[in-house]
Amino acid sequence: MSENSSSLDTFPKVLSRNVSQFGNSPAYREKEYGIWQTWTWSEANDEITNLAKGLIKLGVKEGDHLAVIGRNRPYLYWSLMAAQQVGAVPVPLYQDAVADEMEYILTHCSAKYAIVGDQEQVDKIQEIQEKVKGLKDIVYVDPKGLRKYDKSSLHPFLDISGAGKSDDGELKEELDKRLEKITGETTAVLLYTSGTTGRSKGVVQTHKAIIGASSGANELDRWSSNDHLVCYLPMAWVGDFMISVGQVMVAGACLNCPEGADTVQMDVKEMGPTVFFGPPPLWERLKTEVNIRIEDASAFKKGAFQYFMNHAEKVGRQILEKKSVGIIDRLMYSIGGFVIYGPLKNMLGLTNVRIAYTAGEAISAELFDFYRSLGINLKQLYGQTEASVFLTMQDDSDVRSDTVGKPIRGVELKIAETGEVMYRSIGSFKEYYKNPKATKETKDKDGWVATGDAGYIEETSGQLRIIDRAKDVGKMKDGSMFAPKYVENKLKFFPNILEAVLFGAGQEKCVAFLNIDLSAVGNWAERNNINYASYQELASNEKVMEMMKGHVEEVNQDLAKDPTMSGCQIHRFLILHKELDPDDGEITRTRKVRRSFVAEKYDDLVTALFKGVDEVSTKTEVTYEDGKKGYLEATISLVDTQTYMLKEKSDAA
Amino acid sequence: MSENNSVLMEVKNINLRFGGVVAIQNVSFDIYEGEIRAIIGPNGAGKSSMLNVINGFYHPQEGEVWFNGEKRPSMEPYQIAKTGIARTFQNIALFKGMTTIENVMTGRQLKMNKNFFWQMLRYGPAIEEEVEHRRRCEEIIDFLEINHIRKTPVGALPYGLQKRVELARALAMDPKILLLDEPMAGMNVEEKQDMSRFIIDVNEEFGTTIALIEHDMAVVMDLADRVVVLDYGKLLADGTPTEVQSNQAVIDAYLGVPH
Repeated sequence: MSENSSSLDTFPKVLSRNVSQFGNSPAYREKEYGIWQTWTWSEANDEITNLAKGLIKLGVKEGDHLAVIGRNRPYLYWSLMAAQQVGAVPVPLYQDAVADEMEYILTHCSAKYAIVGDQEQVDKIQEIQEKVKGLKDIVYVDPKGLRKYDKSSLHPFLDISGAGKSDDGELKEELDKRLEKITGETTAVLLYTSGTTGRSKGVVQTHKAIIGASSGANELDRWSSNDHLVCYLPMAWVGDFMISVGQVMVAGACLNCPEGADTVQMDVKEMGPTVFFGPPPLWERLKTEVNIRIEDASAFKKGAFQYFMNHAEKVGRQILEKKSVGIIDRLMYSIGGFVIYGPLKNMLGLTNVRIAYTAGEAISAELFDFYRSLGINLKQLYGQTEASVFLTMQDDSDVRSDTVGKPIRGVELKIAETGEVMYRSIGSFKEYYKNPKATKETKDKDGWVATGDAGYIEETSGQLRIIDRAKDVGKMKDGSMFAPKYVENKLKFFPNILEAVLFGAGQEKCVAFLNIDLSAVGNWAERNNINYASYQELASNEKVMEMMKGHVEEVNQDLAKDPTMSGCQIHRFLILHKELDPDDGEITRTRKVRRSFVAEKYDDLVTALFKGVDEVSTKTEVTYEDGKKGYLEATISLVDTQTYMLKEKSDAA
Repeated sequence: MSENNSVLMEVKNINLRFGGVVAIQNVSFDIYEGEIRAIIGPNGAGKSSMLNVINGFYHPQEGEVWFNGEKRPSMEPYQIAKTGIARTFQNIALFKGMTTIENVMTGRQLKMNKNFFWQMLRYGPAIEEEVEHRRRCEEIIDFLEINHIRKTPVGALPYGLQKRVELARALAMDPKILLLDEPMAGMNVEEKQDMSRFIIDVNEEFGTTIALIEHDMAVVMDLADRVVVLDYGKLLADGTPTEVQSNQAVIDAYLGVPH
């Protein structure tokens, strides 16, 4: 694709290339009524064109903002592209956002239209429609439950695309006129960042940036029109946009939409994707599931599993990376492939996976090696919304869990004096929507963008290594480095710990909040005859505390070995009485902890941890899924932990 | 609820006795096309017996059942089911070892009428027929949002989902009238909300007439267009939820009267 990439600088152009080159190969699939329905590239093109014409008829003007909200469905992906074709700016929103989050974004970008998945989204938008002044029309895909709604500003998707289909030529003319005006510099999408601090910002991305970054990534991993992938991550997340729209379109690959959120795992198994993207928690969960099943298996099966997994651990990675391995070991590995690894991959739906990606958070070496030793080519990448995701990726021959790879084509990296990672890339964002101040702070006049992450480039390998969010890295009272995320990640590598939040900047010692993982700890409780009715009850169980204390002390021991980090050892911790929840604003929709918000909200608990009392009562406001608020009261015990002395004195820090 | 209030079903002067026990005593009421009709009453009031009379499981000693404007002759339950009456049960009555889709497909059984020979071979016309019925079942599965358990044996499902599968099976019959015997018994608040939403959706989207027995008054008052109150086998009141709620006899029956 590289030879003609310069001429393919807009999505409408890429689409027509796909129609002429891969017209009859599958472009979109969706499981509906239990059967996979397929649209080829030329069928998809017709759908998109009809919808685009229908949108013109509805009154969509060039430059209008059009919100797209719902779970991953072909209709909504087409909506993004149809909006681009008519010169409007598509704005995908998180489908599980509560009404006032939506209100903020819809007001901020003054969206005039919304295309939504179902009744749930219609309800939410109608709730805020009065406050969002400019919002005119809503188009919905699934008519279920909407029969009795007032239809004056509410239109079924099929009516809109139907109007485009039965067009007498006028709309076609208008569409062609608008298509001609689209260039590489035209805005392709407005994506809102998840916003770990404060309100989210709207990132304006052009056609050229998205296509440029996608081509770079596709080139490295040799994507082709034979690739298949499953989309299941939120459409509003930049990662899904880049993969399901950018990379799929540029490669002419096939995008498969699952039946619903609950069926993803089953659908993945049926689909057998060749490329699969999962954030670390997903890989963690899959492995936990495997372990739980093995625990329940017969002794023989358990033994065979252990034996071959040990063997895979020994040679699996070397074989995957095409390094030299003895003939006997190779033979054993292929037997293992037949009896264990193959069936296991099949159960996970990863049999055909050529490349698997993980990004967004650090992943534990153990977890990473588990998948790689099975022969699954799991790789890390690093990026952010402002860069159209792809900054660094790993080449097949050079994959590691503690680094995130080298810059891809079109990306330059440098490390600022402060230790912050900076980049200049073809995928760089144009600006923050209606926020020139923030744009100026992030992107300098030469086009260098600050990532907000502290990191360094490893001299030996040339790969980038990320330490923490730059603004989170602080100093403790005695001057030693405080890198909360580094420690939190170590804690989260334990399957029993779902979330951790570390406090200690400017203090003498570090303390932590923990969230237990309900499925892992719940399973453990079941096997150990511990009764519990709720998260809260399990979290306050003494044996669970004991277990957590063990985990924390293990981390402390680990930290004690590292002279720069030994100051971050955790002196006291508590298990929170509720799970951190995006509805309460404690973590973002992409599950990143909003540190300062948590610190403020649970100020009483943080103070108690530092003060040294044994127990504290607290009352917390919680938001239920339907937006109602309630209170949760609890008495939480605080646990002291063992800390360790630095093993080897050194001045290397 | 339809505006013209055409009567779909009417029971007239029903008397049902089991030996010396009088289960239903001279009860008459009607059900309009397209409405949600609730039957309430204290324990032992004869509510389930009433449903059993309507779907032909019990034959009352006296009284008439009018359906679709005709007086119904004495029929077997399966014949009555064919006329368009489907029901769910107070205690779930699913095939526990079969999957959700298989259970829902049994709801189409009465509509499958291709040659036994072809069905046995699962070939030719029998396949076409199965495909057609499967499509309808899949629509219902999608409608009730049970796609993720399509292939799970129902015995392994939680209670609330089993109830939903049972509703799906009843819907698969494309009934004119759907009888629900305590669809929300034993559910928590959230499950009740879900179930209520599905009942309303079925009523609105498919236009199915629904008669339901329910104990949770809040649910009944929200869902029902009209309510029949039974007590000791007798009709105590009949009217809209607000009318029934303010009826002194009903209040007495539920709260008791000072002696």
